[in-house]
Amino acid sequence: MSEITLRVNGETHTLDVEPSTPLLYILRNDLGLRGPRFGCGLGQCGTCTVLMDGRAVRSCMRPVERVNSEVTTLEGLSTEGELHPVQQAWIDEQVPQCGYCQNGQILTAKALLDENPDPTDAEVRTGMNGVLCRCMTYYRIQAAVKRASEMMATGEAGSSERGVDR
Amino acid sequence: MKWTPHASTSLDDALAPWEGATSRRDFLKSSGLFVLGFGATGGAGFVASANGQRPNGDTVPYPEPDFHDLDSWLVVHEDETAVFYVGKTDGGQGTGTAIRQMMCDELDIGFDQTTLVMGRTDLTVDQGGSGGSDAIERDGAVARRVAAEARRALLELASDRLGVPVDGLNAREGVIFSNANSSKRVSYGQLVGGQRFDVILTGANVNAITGIAPIKSVQDLRLVGQSIPRYDIPAKVDGSLEWAVDVNLPGMVHARNVRPPIVGATLVAIDESSVRDLPGFIQVVNRGNYVAVVCEREEQAIEAAQKLEVEWASPEFAPFPSSENLFDYLRNTTPEPGGFARDNGDPEAAFADAETIVAAAYDVPFQGHTAIGPAHGIADPSDGQLTIYTNDMKPYSLRTGVAEFLGIPAEQVRVIWMDGPQLYGRTAADDAGFEAAFLAHELGRPVRVQWMRNEETAWDTKGPAFAFNLRGGLDPKGNVVAWDYRARVANYAHVGYNEPDTVLIAQLMGIRPERPSPGGARPPDEMYAIPNRRHETRVVRFPQAFETPLRTGNLRDPNGPQTTFAGESFIDEMAAAAKADPVEFRLRLLRGSQDDDAAFRRTRSIAVVEAAADAYGWTPRSAASNIGTSRILTGRGFAYAYRISTTIAHVVEVEVDRETGRVWVKRMVCAHDCGLVINPDGLESTIQGNLLHGISRTLFEEVQFDEEKVTSVDWRTHPTITHMDAPDQIDIVIVNGDPNPDRPDLPPYGAGEPSHRLVAAAIANGIYDATGVRLRRIPFRPEQVLDALDT
Repeated sequence: MSEITLRVNGETHTLDVEPSTPLLYILRNDLGLRGPRFGCGLGQCGTCTVLMDGRAVRSCMRPVERVNSEVTTLEGLSTEGELHPVQQAWIDEQVPQCGYCQNGQILTAKALLDENPDPTDAEVRTGMNGVLCRCMTYYRIQAAVKRASEMMATGEAGSSERGVDR
Repeated sequence: MKWTPHASTSLDDALAPWEGATSRRDFLKSSGLFVLGFGATGGAGFVASANGQRPNGDTVPYPEPDFHDLDSWLVVHEDETAVFYVGKTDGGQGTGTAIRQMMCDELDIGFDQTTLVMGRTDLTVDQGGSGGSDAIERDGAVARRVAAEARRALLELASDRLGVPVDGLNAREGVIFSNANSSKRVSYGQLVGGQRFDVILTGANVNAITGIAPIKSVQDLRLVGQSIPRYDIPAKVDGSLEWAVDVNLPGMVHARNVRPPIVGATLVAIDESSVRDLPGFIQVVNRGNYVAVVCEREEQAIEAAQKLEVEWASPEFAPFPSSENLFDYLRNTTPEPGGFARDNGDPEAAFADAETIVAAAYDVPFQGHTAIGPAHGIADPSDGQLTIYTNDMKPYSLRTGVAEFLGIPAEQVRVIWMDGPQLYGRTAADDAGFEAAFLAHELGRPVRVQWMRNEETAWDTKGPAFAFNLRGGLDPKGNVVAWDYRARVANYAHVGYNEPDTVLIAQLMGIRPERPSPGGARPPDEMYAIPNRRHETRVVRFPQAFETPLRTGNLRDPNGPQTTFAGESFIDEMAAAAKADPVEFRLRLLRGSQDDDAAFRRTRSIAVVEAAADAYGWTPRSAASNIGTSRILTGRGFAYAYRISTTIAHVVEVEVDRETGRVWVKRMVCAHDCGLVINPDGLESTIQGNLLHGISRTLFEEVQFDEEKVTSVDWRTHPTITHMDAPDQIDIVIVNGDPNPDRPDLPPYGAGEPSHRLVAAAIANGIYDATGVRLRRIPFRPEQVLDALDT
């Protein structure tokens, strides 16, 4: 065990843990966060995704000793009580079914749109491709990514009206 | 709907006032009721006592709510809110929202004034949990009757209070007012807030339960038919929802299982010294061939389970054939006695007279649930009771099953259903819930167990493999005069609902069911008028029937996708032999009889077939009559089926890449008649999930195994549909083909599964249309497609 300092969602935590522990278990069991979830432990599904340096990272594969930047989880996406446009788009499009994978979908979409604010349909597919959903909500996820892109471009808040043709 | 974050509703907060309380009824007996966690999501509106008292020694800890008692179903609070309690679970298809809509309509209360509690064995009556796509069709009707009876009771109270006869009163948004003088009014909260209704319902069982009030006619429903946003979505999007996987109790420890490396192996010895010095190690638990390691922390348990050295003795025989030899095995092995057989007319004579005979064989492999989150359960044995936190879709049978398994009274066990990864039948046999209960019982402290990915993919319950042989006879005019359907299915000892003698931990401990399920399956569900038919389904057993990762259990629409793949592929093959248009051919078969049933399934079958063809823009031609020459070939495929009382037809447009073998379902049209629609957007979402799940099972999913073990252990070896494979366009046509669609008692039918079953056949028919090549073995992965195109 050794002392590790982590910055997560704007707060600094000092923990006494085994340095090789995957970040996922620290976030969930020591910091009580619920966004990142165990899916495969192999980096294959994306359910455990967090953001580091603006990039979507699989926390199940990342030893806590190799975390060198601030970590943002799903809980940290909203600012001052306002949902991030991606989250609002997810609600507007009524995306989740069971919702277990949606942490990874939302954070991957956020990273994708930060990198490419106006992705084509094909870029949405390739950008999101590594995140699996076993309720198979891909169709709505892709619509929500497009909607979030429009919301972020115009600075508009979401609405209950479906703005994206499906 | 603009939504902003709310204070998260922690389970601890929600449950804290319950500690020591016996039931909601006790709270109702006491004064000072209030609602906790009544946030924007409305997902945790537990009734709680302000001064929760410990029960006296006479009461049982966790009694079952009495379904005859109206107060078990519905509570009105002084703050004009109401809480509904139903014994159902919501796997993300929005059944909770839909049930709330129906109950609000019958009660005449605003949607936002209510919350719904689901699947808590100590709070909600035993409606069996989820399964069979019956939440709306069957349980929704119960919910409506119960809420209607509460409204009747409120009207009587209001009549006394206001001095106005009941038939001079009306109710809206939780307020009762006089029709003649609307200033004469009284609210639900004023009438019964915090008090019992004390109304006894009648009915021999929970599904028959009713009051004396009639339910409203369909035309009078206001919320039903509206796409009200799902109440559970905001907390799933902002990270505030507490899932079963998140439950973290004081003193809780973590367990991981160690499975036999070879199926049928027997445990010889465990070398505990291999893990004893690992950090956080607590205990190895072993009973028979069941082995688990318990540690303080989760990652410690994972490491210890990997490092534990266990000596196993190999079995004397191979547990099953390899997946490469599976279908030969199914066809060439003597089946079990019994099975399903049904003859209509004289099939052999009809074949003898037939002008053309068509024959084809179809194969469907084992397919897994492979939930995105592996199985998990948390059990707390504090105070000599047992509380299980789980995503089990059937919490009631988990309660009774665990009680029997551990030999403790069911009254000491409660099961709290919480959100979790998809259910689809997997959590009807909640292996991890039993394991958590067993381990907590052994250790005397709270235990959380979760399976690893390789365990989940290899050892979850499977949808059974089938081998089909079909023959059909056509007369000179191309009419189907004979039909011979023979199916072999590998689902002997099919796992039941949380049975203490069929869950995996019980099997590994050597417990065997007295009478294993014989297995079996229905033939395809269609309304075709074919005069001479033979249907036969026989079950084939493997050498290893128990302690096997090829345990079959219910997988979304059990057997439907397999049998419909065979039936609707073969209908297309006969249409091709008759050089007929696939839609016209099916309509001719549906119109060959005038008989219909109480649900008008024949009439409603015709309605969906026509609606799907219309929505697609189908023009008549025989299949594979317009094959292109470019690299990407495009085709259209049709399929039709019914499931119980829901009728469905699909058109798919597929692209086949001749160089890579990749199949892409570019467009899907689904015509869907499930009667009365409660929440159109929720229905659409549910159908979309069914369609994409169908694509996944058709194009990608197969459980593979050698003669020792399952070799599909992760997302590479058991692939699933990805973002790349989603269709460009999905058109869902909601059909109401009832001969009298305006009747006031128009019923809703199930939608959770029906549209899933015809996807495989529609895709196979589309590939045939595109390429002229018939694929008869699922899945249609690129390598299989290339092989078929080459030959």
